Amino acid sequence: MAERMARLARTHEFRLLLAVLALSTVLALTTDGFLTAQNFFDLLTVNAFAGILAAGLLAVLVAGGIDISFTATASVAQYVAMTAANAWGLDWLSVFAVGLATGTALGLVNGALVEGLRIPGIIVTIATLNLFYGLLVFATGGRYIHALPDWFATGIWWFEVIDGDGIPYAVNLQILLLVLALGATAALLGGTSLGRQVRALGGNREAARRVGFPVPRLTFFVYGWMGMMAGLASLAQAQLAQSVAPTVLVGRELDVLAAVVLGGASLAGGVGSVTGTILGLALLAVMQNGLVLAGVSSYWSPFFTGLVIVLAVAGGAAGQRRAAGAAA
Amino acid sequence: MQPLVELRGIARRYGGVRALDGIDLDLRAGEIHALVGENGCGKSTLIKILTGAERPEAGGAVTIDGQDVTAAGPAERRRLGIQVIYQDLSLFPNLSVAENIAIGRHLGRIHRVDRRAMRQAAAAARDRLGIALDLDRDVGALAIAERQLVAICRALAEEARLVVMDEPTASLTRTEVDALLARMRELAVRGIAVLFVSHRLDEVLEVADRITVLRDGRRVATLPPDGLTEAELTRLMTGQAFRYDPPSAPAVEGPVVLEVEGLSRTGQYRDVSFRLHAGEVLGLTGLLGAGRTELALSLFGMNRPDAGTIRVCGHPFAPSDCRAAIAAGIAYVPEDRLSRGLALEQPVADNLLATILPRLAGRLGLVPPARRAAAARDGIERLSIKVARPEQAARTLSGGNQQRVVLAKWMATRPRVLILDSPTVGVDIGARDGIYAVVRDLARAGVAILMISDEIEEVRNHAARVLVMRAGRLAGEFASARSSVAEIRAAVDG
Repeated sequence: MAERMARLARTHEFRLLLAVLALSTVLALTTDGFLTAQNFFDLLTVNAFAGILAAGLLAVLVAGGIDISFTATASVAQYVAMTAANAWGLDWLSVFAVGLATGTALGLVNGALVEGLRIPGIIVTIATLNLFYGLLVFATGGRYIHALPDWFATGIWWFEVIDGDGIPYAVNLQILLLVLALGATAALLGGTSLGRQVRALGGNREAARRVGFPVPRLTFFVYGWMGMMAGLASLAQAQLAQSVAPTVLVGRELDVLAAVVLGGASLAGGVGSVTGTILGLALLAVMQNGLVLAGVSSYWSPFFTGLVIVLAVAGGAAGQRRAAGAAA
Repeated sequence: MQPLVELRGIARRYGGVRALDGIDLDLRAGEIHALVGENGCGKSTLIKILTGAERPEAGGAVTIDGQDVTAAGPAERRRLGIQVIYQDLSLFPNLSVAENIAIGRHLGRIHRVDRRAMRQAAAAARDRLGIALDLDRDVGALAIAERQLVAICRALAEEARLVVMDEPTASLTRTEVDALLARMRELAVRGIAVLFVSHRLDEVLEVADRITVLRDGRRVATLPPDGLTEAELTRLMTGQAFRYDPPSAPAVEGPVVLEVEGLSRTGQYRDVSFRLHAGEVLGLTGLLGAGRTELALSLFGMNRPDAGTIRVCGHPFAPSDCRAAIAAGIAYVPEDRLSRGLALEQPVADNLLATILPRLAGRLGLVPPARRAAAARDGIERLSIKVARPEQAARTLSGGNQQRVVLAKWMATRPRVLILDSPTVGVDIGARDGIYAVVRDLARAGVAILMISDEIEEVRNHAARVLVMRAGRLAGEFASARSSVAEIRAAVDG
């Protein structure tokens, strides 16, 4: 037991948790707004988009791939889904089906290019980011969709609670989808044979092939999963923004990548966990939230994001060197 | 008795090249069958035929328990009990030991992972082998020898009946090799057939029940090891006689270049003193862990001694880092560098000049093309490297020529002392002669050479004097011409 605790204390996730707790403690003590239920729900709602995408990206990174086209995928998925909803008066299920199917299809295009042409994922997805985005902007002329179905605009409002100040909160669509995305990815990677195959693939591709894992299918699967998550995230975002804009999502892909890598996922593949990803997201979210609450100009936000990443990565590298030194 | 696996009339051609030509081979349950041959003799192709990764040409057949499985693919063959432990071990460094051992459980339809069952299966395989292994550690954190055990456990967990081990001992120390050979015998005792593919003939002769020799895609012989010698095996493999020549290095009385006096470093080596003369090849042998490499690193400025002095050409020398050592004329070629010290995709010329770029650089730190070309030509000529153009990628050279490039790279620093740590580890027998020839030439040109090696025959035959280290101390000095291998071995083992 003690040994298990010691093992846990050495993990990247544990260090991240300490960082999140430390930062939260400072904010709780120095600002009024941080430690409130309202702030907590707001943080979850606002970061749901990035969080859902992070879940998808984690699967790709663990498999040893990379995808940066997902913001374009999300833009396309949300535009297609909302256009369809308006044109045919679709219900909840159908809208989600269309959005997720569009995202998955574009993800599979990435998978096909990576696997079929043996091109590195980074190059494929730089190309498809531009392809998908370019086609969307061309086809739509950059026009926003402001008219969303009424039921979609209303969203969901479950398990309402009202705090002492009379402010109500509840589980909204964003939080629901965020939990679903992270939960499904965690179950997939941690609990299923498919997830273990994905992890093995990321650790040693040749060995995975020799063991008999279906390497091409696994590649298709993770890029498809990423695409599906992009579809899901796009709907959460559309509902929050109450509009669909072809041009606002692209450009946020590196923030998501930063959160996942901060969460301990390796760009070399095979390493990464949903727990770490959640903590990576939380650290960046709390940091940005803290800057706002402390009244720091929002122009500083990218700077501090960068600073946190450099510190975390440097700390991780130092930890690894120590571990390597201890092993030798 | 019916053999477990039988190969009949196996032929395989790649393009115009015959990789295998009518191979017959049978592998029996419970035997250790060694497969030897020079690089390119068809060993790898034969392994692929066994695993089902490659199909033999028409007329060839593979049977298991008398049943024809020629058409079966890799997954089917594995199910039938054919397991390969590749030289790279094919493990997953990011997964735990337990998961690596039980990785086969993730095959098939998508299902929930039963961690407890996985761990039990891994523990069972480990216990069958009777070894201690922490199932929860990541494989990436293990030493090579432990990884090897993980790979063996994985084969056991998958109900192996034939375990093919491809060069399993190439990166192990002698003690680890002994342990591995013992594991192989245990597998055999349990009725598992082991196909041991190896370059190391002493190990083959020690452990194998039968030995099959391949040459140019044909089976030259299958024979028991009794009474067989390494020399005979080598003759079968190469078609030529090869033997270690009697000690040939002349004793040298050149000026002393390197003088070590009472050198010590706590926990590594103690009170080491010796002299190295210009033009001399001095051998240094001893078991792994005897302090050889640590001493060499100290001479190269990478491992500061606690006490004692080093003199280079009479001047006191206390290098703070390897740059200081290089500047003082000491070059060190570590064990794996002869085989791995090249940027394989880069031109031969750039590899040759990597150590001396600052010297070649002109204004603005740029290297003038003419100067680069001249320096590359010089290196190629000095070590007679067989290369069509200096611009061809280092990858395109033969192994022996690649090693010459590495040596030339270090010779370009014009060292007075060249330390070679295990220069022929992992090198084909045929290519070793080339390295020895280079070493002789360098010594003749006045370089003082310290040759470190596990193999007593090697240092005895190529160095005029041999120093033996044991547990951090110099345990003896031998004049090669007047000492037998047995005498030196006695000093090594203590």
